[in-house]
Amino acid sequence: MSEIVDILISASFWAAVIRIASPLILATMGELICERAGVLNLGIEGIMVIGAFTGWMAVYQGMPLWGGVAVAMAAGMLFGLLHSVLTVPFGLSQHVVGLGVTLLATASASFAYRLMLPQVTSPPKITPFQPLYIPGLSDLPWLGAALSQTALTWAAFAVAGLVAFTLYRTPLGLALRAVGENPAAVEAQGLSVTGLRMGAVIVGSGLMAVGGAFLTLSAFSSFFFEMVNGRGWICIALVVFGAWKPGKAVLGAILFAAFDALQIRLQQTALGAVLPYQLFLALPFLLSILALILMSRRAEVPAALMVPYNKGER
Amino acid sequence: MSRDSGAEVVLRLDRITKRFGALTANDAVSLTLRRGEVVALLGENGAGKTTLMNILFGHYVADAGSVEVFGRPLPPGNPRAALAAGVGMVHQHFTLAGNLTVLENIRLGTEGLWSRSYAGAREKVARLSRDFGLSVDPDARVGRLSVGERQRVEILKALYRDARVLILDEPTAVLTPQEAEALFATLRKATARGLSVIFISHKLHEVMGVADRCVVLRHGRVVGEVDTHATDKAALAALMVGGELSLPRAEARTPGPVLMRLDQVSTPDRGAAPGLKAVSLELRAGQITGLAGVSGNGQAALAEIVGGLALPAAGQLWLHGQEPETWTPREALARGVARIPEDRHHQGSIADFDLTENAVLEGYRTRFSRRGWMDWRAARAFAEGIIKGYDVRCPGPETRIRLLSGGNMQKLILGRALAPGPDIILANQPVRGLDVGAIAYVQAQLIAARDRGAAVLLISEDLDEIMSLSDVVHVMSQGRLSPAFARGTMTAAELGLWMAGQKFGEAHAA
Repeated sequence: MSEIVDILISASFWAAVIRIASPLILATMGELICERAGVLNLGIEGIMVIGAFTGWMAVYQGMPLWGGVAVAMAAGMLFGLLHSVLTVPFGLSQHVVGLGVTLLATASASFAYRLMLPQVTSPPKITPFQPLYIPGLSDLPWLGAALSQTALTWAAFAVAGLVAFTLYRTPLGLALRAVGENPAAVEAQGLSVTGLRMGAVIVGSGLMAVGGAFLTLSAFSSFFFEMVNGRGWICIALVVFGAWKPGKAVLGAILFAAFDALQIRLQQTALGAVLPYQLFLALPFLLSILALILMSRRAEVPAALMVPYNKGER
Repeated sequence: MSRDSGAEVVLRLDRITKRFGALTANDAVSLTLRRGEVVALLGENGAGKTTLMNILFGHYVADAGSVEVFGRPLPPGNPRAALAAGVGMVHQHFTLAGNLTVLENIRLGTEGLWSRSYAGAREKVARLSRDFGLSVDPDARVGRLSVGERQRVEILKALYRDARVLILDEPTAVLTPQEAEALFATLRKATARGLSVIFISHKLHEVMGVADRCVVLRHGRVVGEVDTHATDKAALAALMVGGELSLPRAEARTPGPVLMRLDQVSTPDRGAAPGLKAVSLELRAGQITGLAGVSGNGQAALAEIVGGLALPAAGQLWLHGQEPETWTPREALARGVARIPEDRHHQGSIADFDLTENAVLEGYRTRFSRRGWMDWRAARAFAEGIIKGYDVRCPGPETRIRLLSGGNMQKLILGRALAPGPDIILANQPVRGLDVGAIAYVQAQLIAARDRGAAVLLISEDLDEIMSLSDVVHVMSQGRLSPAFARGTMTAAELGLWMAGQKFGEAHAA
């Protein structure tokens, strides 16, 4: 038991938690924007793969790291455009389109990878983002170590703040919340349902891709095919967990990241010698499901989520 | 309200034509509206009233014709342009976002998307509420408001945008008579300030009370335009339906024995919908029991008990003098309870099934199967019998029910319910959304069923319907049931007070 307490009070544990949470926060904010506008974006898993791949490849080809982030974002927005054209003006099934986008994006990434690096057996490395030195803060004991994070992590938290501010403090956010609840209300007030929803899906997809790029540009230094590994689906659950609210969703991401960081460390304790490691791997998911059940009971789902809007339909 | 024909013309619709496939919803409709007047747009369901207003507001694009507001042409298909020109619309199905507050709903779309929100909004809304008698809490979540309050928000939304022309689409359909009176008072205040109103309705007495002028539509055409003070209800009704048409009126009859009795039945509340609160009710053979009330006051819970979908949480249900041991929809059907559900699309039919399949939904395991196999021959014969006997206009029994009009769909459901000769008929909003012809037909069938000895429970929001058909009337409010009032003993205004829940308090205090 004391081993667990030791883990929980160590700065390195919390540094890991924040690091693991960052890509989840970025992609969860992306999904949250989409769903608040009334569009479920199941393309998230594939869009994260595309973001991870394109960001890494751009840097490998000689672009600066922030250039890689921009390329990833653009690639994500491109898939977001595809998703939104099919789901918003055409009103196709959001499940089918989302899964299709995930398959297409994942396959495109591996296709492009093979095309661009035909002879490579182990993926080449890049120099990723380094932890940011913040005068004063970084010199503090414990906290300095826990907050020894890359610029992209700080950006992830800034994005969460920006999304919350936009959603609750600007007319754009008001329109976004309304269009996911009752698109007819938005149209009757002279705004474009199509424009708002497509914009939300495109921007949201861009954020998902940056979340994916975090994995190759900040967390690891290379690209593997399995690296996204279901994080996109976790983000969809986190949106529900957060009851479609940015603040709660960030908390959910941190909670999941904490379980994840904990299980890695638990594997190295005496417990790890007794229990099969697969059990530890499953732990964050099991606990997430539990938390999801407890938290999402009274969540207010956007009423028009997954309901296509056809102007002029009777 | 002055009728000064020299007043400024604020709105001119010129020969608007709109087709949906083979249906011509509007056929060269022209209409002018002057400053400070109320024009009623009158017509049956499907006459093209709402289509016309949706064209004016830019939800639809007309195939031909033009719209002018204050002398300027309005670009088609653009609600934003209509709003900017001073046209405000209160839709029949409110266009409000339930997750936002009243103030947020009003502000929506009035500010640039990237600007900071406008600080004076609250004061402006407060001033408008005061000036027009539209009291509503600006910080309340719209999802928690009553229907009447939501309508006030809709009107405030239009006024907030400085609308000069207010379009109200069937505004009283969901209101109690008292709420409707408050709405009319608001409209009078609005016209006194120089606003103009288009009032869409098919309720003649309201039109007579509130409008200066009446434009009557039938089958998408303007068939008459009259000053309300120069006409009467009968003349307007004749214009609407194209000939004299009298709605059936049930004559009084001596009722038979009690077939179903609810004794102090209560059910739990379900979210915002109240459950039943110690409801006692008797359904007698040969009697139509009318249940008036604004929907969402427990009618659904009562219908579920009668139809076998739910059991009382407290109290007893008696059927033919016994308490049934099991009470399920199948049991209810077997014991002679027929149901005409409130929502014919979601509860009454399966859209992509054909008429035969829909006709046998309540009997496919009993009357239309043999040793576990469907008897399609008998099913088809049954469907054909209903189509013929109940005048269901359709290409044939293999038509998918989705393609039928509401009236014809309802006739099929009616036939399905009445064909086995049920003892107890639960008719929940049986004529909602039907045109006058179909209404007369459905109501006549209910009366015929009563006359052969069935007990009919008629649930309706339409007081006129309740009062003309029912032998006894109850009113529901907040899950409570009023005492039974015999035919002709109560006026609409008195029933309205019960609907608003006021009389329950008095009865309780007394």
